[in-house]
Amino acid sequence: MLMQSEHTSPQADDFDPEAGRASPWRLVWRKFRKHKLAVAGAIVMLFAYFVVAFAEILAPGSPSAVDERHTYAPPQLVQVDLSWDNGVQLYVNGFRTERDPETFEQIHTIDPRQRVPITFFARGDSYHMWGLIPWDRHLIGSADPAQKVYFLGTDRAGRDVFSRIIHGARVSLSIGLIGVAVSFVLGLFFGGISGYYSGVPDTIIQRIIEFLMAIPTLPLWLALSAAVPSDWGPLMRYFAITTILSVIGWTGLARVVRGRFLSLREEDFVVAARLDGCGRGRIIFRHMVPSMSSHVIASLTMAVPGMILAETALSFLGLGLQSPAVSWGVLLQEAQNIRAVETAPWLLIPGVAVLVTVLAMNFVGDGLRDSADPYKQ
Amino acid sequence: MLSYLMRRLLLMVLTLGAVSLASFFIISLPPGDYVSTLQAQAESRGEMLDDSVLVALRARYGLDQPFFTQYLKWISNILLYGDFGQAFAWNSRPVADLIWDRVGLSFFLSLSTLLFVWAIAFPIGILSAVRQYSAGDYLATFFGFLGMAVPEFLLALVLMWVGMRYFGQSPGGLFSPEYQDAAWNLGKVLDLAGHLWLPILIIGLSGTAGLIRITRANLLDELYKPYVVAARAKGLPEWKLLVKYPVRMSLSPFFSTVGWLLPGLISGETIISIVMSLPTTGPLLLSGVENQDMYLVGSFILILSTLTVIGTLISDLVLAWWDPRIRHRYQGG
Repeated sequence: MLMQSEHTSPQADDFDPEAGRASPWRLVWRKFRKHKLAVAGAIVMLFAYFVVAFAEILAPGSPSAVDERHTYAPPQLVQVDLSWDNGVQLYVNGFRTERDPETFEQIHTIDPRQRVPITFFARGDSYHMWGLIPWDRHLIGSADPAQKVYFLGTDRAGRDVFSRIIHGARVSLSIGLIGVAVSFVLGLFFGGISGYYSGVPDTIIQRIIEFLMAIPTLPLWLALSAAVPSDWGPLMRYFAITTILSVIGWTGLARVVRGRFLSLREEDFVVAARLDGCGRGRIIFRHMVPSMSSHVIASLTMAVPGMILAETALSFLGLGLQSPAVSWGVLLQEAQNIRAVETAPWLLIPGVAVLVTVLAMNFVGDGLRDSADPYKQ
Repeated sequence: MLSYLMRRLLLMVLTLGAVSLASFFIISLPPGDYVSTLQAQAESRGEMLDDSVLVALRARYGLDQPFFTQYLKWISNILLYGDFGQAFAWNSRPVADLIWDRVGLSFFLSLSTLLFVWAIAFPIGILSAVRQYSAGDYLATFFGFLGMAVPEFLLALVLMWVGMRYFGQSPGGLFSPEYQDAAWNLGKVLDLAGHLWLPILIIGLSGTAGLIRITRANLLDELYKPYVVAARAKGLPEWKLLVKYPVRMSLSPFFSTVGWLLPGLISGETIISIVMSLPTTGPLLLSGVENQDMYLVGSFILILSTLTVIGTLISDLVLAWWDPRIRHRYQGG
């Protein structure tokens, strides 16, 4: 990664005495750090993927556990009790359940007189950590395993919205990564060919990209997901949806890669390498790819939130993933009906999770794009 | 310019050919053909379809023939007779009629949304470029990011909920129940106006966010160029200096969005229309997708792509007319 240090412009030396010696990635990091919003976004993003990794422990319960006695239960906020005798104690208020005199539906309201104590590493639903290690402890939960608590309320079937959001993060956040990984391979391959060889292959690939971009995205996704057989299992569907999203996703990336290749080809250091008799493979992989990798990473980061939003929209319409799979879009499907939203506004909370994650990723992508070229002043 | 136009037209025809092939490929993706689906549906209702009808339908769509012959039949029916096939979930009504029924409102919605987006995004974008790093600029930037991050349907749900809970508005639809089936009169128009602002606001918001970012970036590129400094040094009033050249340069995204109007005719913002149950083409597309009504879906893709391609061409031509730099680039060949 040292190959670019001799190309540092003289202005950069005036500006920063260390720039000549620091590696490009160090310079990128230094520039990125100045972008406060991007750093905040990066922290949120890392936290989100931490949640993905440890979903089973972090969630207070199983995402599929059904509680018929508490359907559409409102969120129970954690409260703190400070007293001299007991020290710090966490608790939530219990429910008071009534029946609607007309519809006979159960209506749960928060009862401030009841207290359900909360502890850390509480015993709860048993699970297999990463499908391997059996355990039954959850980071936070009711001290009494028989008495369930719902920090963000429950849905139509009495399932815990909070646990479902945490488990849904797994699918929602990974579909973006895998989708982008597939688009990345396709985009790098076609964009690379297009940019390096130009001429006929370039024309053909550019026409294909233009053609794919001419088809309106949402109807195309809808049509393709309509063609996914309805008897496919959750895993097959997951991969089908990811593929559908990547079919469109790679075109943007291919354009970025092509543009970078075209401009890099004329750079002095590439010309010098060519005149020195470097092989084509060495020029591409040793000289060109490293100096465009920061740009590619920036565009990749910008592409992930788009994929997440797309999955959410498709699943929300009932065309993406389907229950029993849990993703944020699937959770929002519960809120598709305005009547359901009226009864249980907390069903919209998964949308807040989408919003925060996408916002954080956009900030990170923006910061990376600004710092992708550390030698530009 | 003429040779450029000819080349673009030729390319457009080629693209449209490829698009139509892809649309037909999507139509033929699900297992089982149109007629067997129709037959299965009739049987589930306890009816029997006459064999001669089935044979006639098979012959009409060329279902026993290879893919390419079927495609030729399908595309020539469309080109020669405007026959897009039938939508079997809608009692076999012609697809063309179904779509045509809903085009009016979809177009009205798209047009008013576009005007709304321009009216909001343009002044804010200019202001946030001229006063870069001011409080207003940060606010606009934040709003821009937020607008890109919120899923539209979520915004629609939240606003509908707020409207219902705090303003007693009837949720969804474009008309109050009492005007639903009424003939057009002043009351109905006013009622429509009372309902329309919410979808326009929601659909417009994400477009506005993007356009503010683009306008700001474009204008910032122009603002510090030497010709602006020269004009300022010569004593041109600041607002005149701004409006006459840099703003004119930064206008190009507005012309690129003109092309969106055409596909908007048909797409009518699919997701929002579904959530808010607007009588546009969006819910029609969704129902087609849910029922695997592939002629309906395929026709949608074909029509939408065609309109996008034509819209892009129009945008590019308008852009070339507006911006002499673009025009000159093509004059060579």
